Amino acid sequence: MPTMSVNWAGRILTVFKKEMLSEFRTRYAFNAVIMFSLVTLTVVSFSLGMNRPGPEVMAALFWVVLFFAAASGLAQVFVKEEEARTAGYLRLYAPATAVLVGKIIFNLFLLVCMAVLLVPLFVILLDTVPQNFILFLSGLFLGLIGLSGSTTIIAAIVSRASVKGALFAVLSFPVLLPLLVAAIEITLVSLVGGNFAAAWPPLQLLLAYDVVMITLSIMLFDFIWHM
Amino acid sequence: MSISSGRGYISYMYQLEVADLSKSFGPRRIFEKVSFSLNTGQGLAITGPNGSGKSTMIHILTGLGRASSGVVRYTHDSNMLSFEEYRNRMSVVTPYHEFYDAMTALENLDFYTRLAGLEVTGQEMMESLRTFGLGERGRDRVAAYSSGMKQRLKYALALLRRPEILLLDEPTAYLDQSGKKGIFDFLDSVKSRALIIIATNEKEEAGFADHVCQLGG
Repeated sequence: MPTMSVNWAGRILTVFKKEMLSEFRTRYAFNAVIMFSLVTLTVVSFSLGMNRPGPEVMAALFWVVLFFAAASGLAQVFVKEEEARTAGYLRLYAPATAVLVGKIIFNLFLLVCMAVLLVPLFVILLDTVPQNFILFLSGLFLGLIGLSGSTTIIAAIVSRASVKGALFAVLSFPVLLPLLVAAIEITLVSLVGGNFAAAWPPLQLLLAYDVVMITLSIMLFDFIWHM
Repeated sequence: MSISSGRGYISYMYQLEVADLSKSFGPRRIFEKVSFSLNTGQGLAITGPNGSGKSTMIHILTGLGRASSGVVRYTHDSNMLSFEEYRNRMSVVTPYHEFYDAMTALENLDFYTRLAGLEVTGQEMMESLRTFGLGERGRDRVAAYSSGMKQRLKYALALLRRPEILLLDEPTAYLDQSGKKGIFDFLDSVKSRALIIIATNEKEEAGFADHVCQLGG
């Protein structure tokens, strides 16, 4: 057997590059995520007309759009491997952790692309400008890390189930609830112009959520992937 | 103990020990108390009628499938190998493992060899594709491949992985005569330094094995 020369970072990068290449050529998740964001925001904008709800509703609306857009695209990340029967070689020839982390990073990249498109649209279509933009971006980025980590591991669980159906929604609701509550809270504070001190408790919660979720995912993935 | 091969690398003596292996799906028993032992340089043909559990047996031997009872143990110098250790020495060709359609053959080979930590150059990948008659089609997406070409590509990957444990399920499925000849040449070249298990009902394929394990009979 030749020497093992590729380190862990190299293997994770290999999985990430494969995901990018496949996505670039098929636009499987990208189109779903972008179309969902665009359609939802446009529909909400038209239905609200000139009546703009308060920042509480706007903050919740922003994260609801993000969550469902993520669910529409990222939930398929492992199911498509099973359906195309590519999961077998991946299980045999790739270390499980490299597969998981590579896919989490790819999902995060996709979510960041979505957010880059979604945030200006949110500001323009819903006429809602965050008063503390740095806090808004901090909460958004921490939320996206948690969202990519949790949707990836839930997608892995769903892909191993015989009846997939609405399993993603059922599993993700309790898992993502703390993340959504904290992220909405931070977004609300940023919309009304609050400072970091005002948003510190949800920021701490979000940071802890990200660390716990990604650590747990790495610990559990080998079992889920090979069960 | 090690065997020097003519291909510029050393292969080691491995042993596969299967003891009292049984598999059931619910109340339906597929096979029961199958036992055999195999060393590097030896081949085993698993034969039996449709539904007798040949593919299931291969799946269990890859380490990805679970037996209902019994033991599968890969050892090297009496030391048991972990899943990580033996899968790095294993190549698997089955009809139910596929490549990425959106990627070219070369991209697929590059992806899997990189993941395995193998140092493989583009020239070696092209050489491997040429060995199995795909030299001109390396830059084509796998989506444009026929079933036979996909089967050849699986062997190109197996060749690059320099297998010491080779698990084959219906090894010449979808292949024409030239494809079959290429596969038989490949099996001839690795036979002395690999442990080979073939699930088949074809006499020509089973001919590469020293032992036969008959299921369902």
